[in-house]
Amino acid sequence: MKIRTFLYTVEQGVIGIFKNKWFTVATVATISACLFVFGIFFAIAFNVENIVHSAEENVSVTIFFDEGISDERIAEIGDMLGRREEVYKYDFVSADDAWAEFSQQLGEYAEGFTENPLANSANYQIYLKDVKMQNQLVNYLEGVEGVRKVNKSDFTAETLSGVNMVLIYVFVGIIVILFAVSIFLISNTVTMGISVRKEEITIMKYIGATDFFVRAPFVFEGIILGIIGSIIPMGLLYYLYILATDLIKSKFAFLSFLTFLPPMNIFAYLFPFSVLIGVGIGFIGSFFTVHKHLRV
Amino acid sequence: MSETKKRRRDAEGVDMSEYAIYLENVSKTFSDGVPALSDINLKVKHGEFVFIVGVSGAGKSTLIKLLLRELKADSGIVNVNGYNLMTIKHNRIPKFRRTLGVVFQDFRLLKDRNVYENVAFAQRIAQKSEREIRRNVPAMLSLVGLAGKYKARPKQLAGGEQQRVALARALVNQPKLLLADEPTGNLDLYNTEEIMRLLETINENGTTVVVVTHNDKLVNEMKKRVVTIKQGMIVSDAQEGGYFDED
Repeated sequence: MKIRTFLYTVEQGVIGIFKNKWFTVATVATISACLFVFGIFFAIAFNVENIVHSAEENVSVTIFFDEGISDERIAEIGDMLGRREEVYKYDFVSADDAWAEFSQQLGEYAEGFTENPLANSANYQIYLKDVKMQNQLVNYLEGVEGVRKVNKSDFTAETLSGVNMVLIYVFVGIIVILFAVSIFLISNTVTMGISVRKEEITIMKYIGATDFFVRAPFVFEGIILGIIGSIIPMGLLYYLYILATDLIKSKFAFLSFLTFLPPMNIFAYLFPFSVLIGVGIGFIGSFFTVHKHLRV
Repeated sequence: MSETKKRRRDAEGVDMSEYAIYLENVSKTFSDGVPALSDINLKVKHGEFVFIVGVSGAGKSTLIKLLLRELKADSGIVNVNGYNLMTIKHNRIPKFRRTLGVVFQDFRLLKDRNVYENVAFAQRIAQKSEREIRRNVPAMLSLVGLAGKYKARPKQLAGGEQQRVALARALVNQPKLLLADEPTGNLDLYNTEEIMRLLETINENGTTVVVVTHNDKLVNEMKKRVVTIKQGMIVSDAQEGGYFDED
């Protein structure tokens, strides 16, 4: 194919956008509506995921040592922990630290103790990279020499892990449904647009136009409309996201425990993802709809 | 292997380079079982002017569709401009169609483009350069007498003028064969004569012309070869013939 033919088909695609105004408006509106809904789910999912992830980072496993363990052995265990793939970070809590913290909770009752009742409570608090790795780490720790007891929270880990999986399934499900609905809607919109231009396609084919020559302007048109249809809802969502998070923070104090991600953290992913989906919808919708009319 | 060699083998030794159209024992039945064409034999040599006549439903349109490879025959040999239309691949059809010019009763112009762009469109499809387009399109519009109306849109033109634009579009790529399906069906007497005069000029310049029509007066006046189709069969093929109508 010659460059001028390619440029001609691109030009015809652009002309088509302005020539068929109602078709353009209908297509952009359809894609925008789908991607707007998608964007809302994406923003919510991203924030929930962030909250769950923050909670996961606070899930810790605590290990206590055998009585009379040497400081060297405790240091060795610490080094081993640093090399484990499951470990995000670990903190050493000495018996004195443990008592200091506990005595604060006890208040005046703590004054009755002359010796540290938590003398054997020195421990490592271990934070995980991923709560799903908790069992694997606990199994390992239980076999380590010098470790007397391993404390863990199965309920928290399993709950967070479960929430994570549900979120992934829901998110993937929503994307698939929205994508299918979008393709269906775009296909219908393009079909309506093409019924007007069916004669044009037939004429092109009679004169000797290749399938590419006939299809390319429609596909370019679809892609351009997909890009426009994705940029509009993203701009709108960006503005609405800032507005909504500010409103929740200022008007609903009881929701202050919710920490919202800054918009750029979300839109850095959402924007290119949406444009990609928009282009995909435009391409697939126009490619296959025109295909039906090429057998002339 | 070249198209010509394929053709020769298909036709069992017949040198088809002589023929613009070579149909041998061609049949076509529609999916509902209704036969459209039965055992058609038609040979049109390069440079001929042929009328194909018959009443509505006789099979004329089906024949044109076979010649355009819009439809594929069920059996027989269909060879047009050296292309074996029984074996041609889908991606070769556009190249084949560029060797044809086609004119329809309803003109089939691109309504949103002006006269110049309608004719230039055929050149763009043939991947001609802008320089060639700027040279060929005005020349072709002059030939059909529309040089002064190159900016007009189809709806601003009379029927005869629209058909002339369609003719210019069909001829701008210098096809070997021009297929005209009821080209004067929507025209008055004056424009009918004008279009037929143009078709004769085109034929004198070397293009094979096949005109499908049921305009008996026109056919009888022209004194050209006339092929008559009735109920899907060729019932008459006469040189310098007239409209053959048993009824």
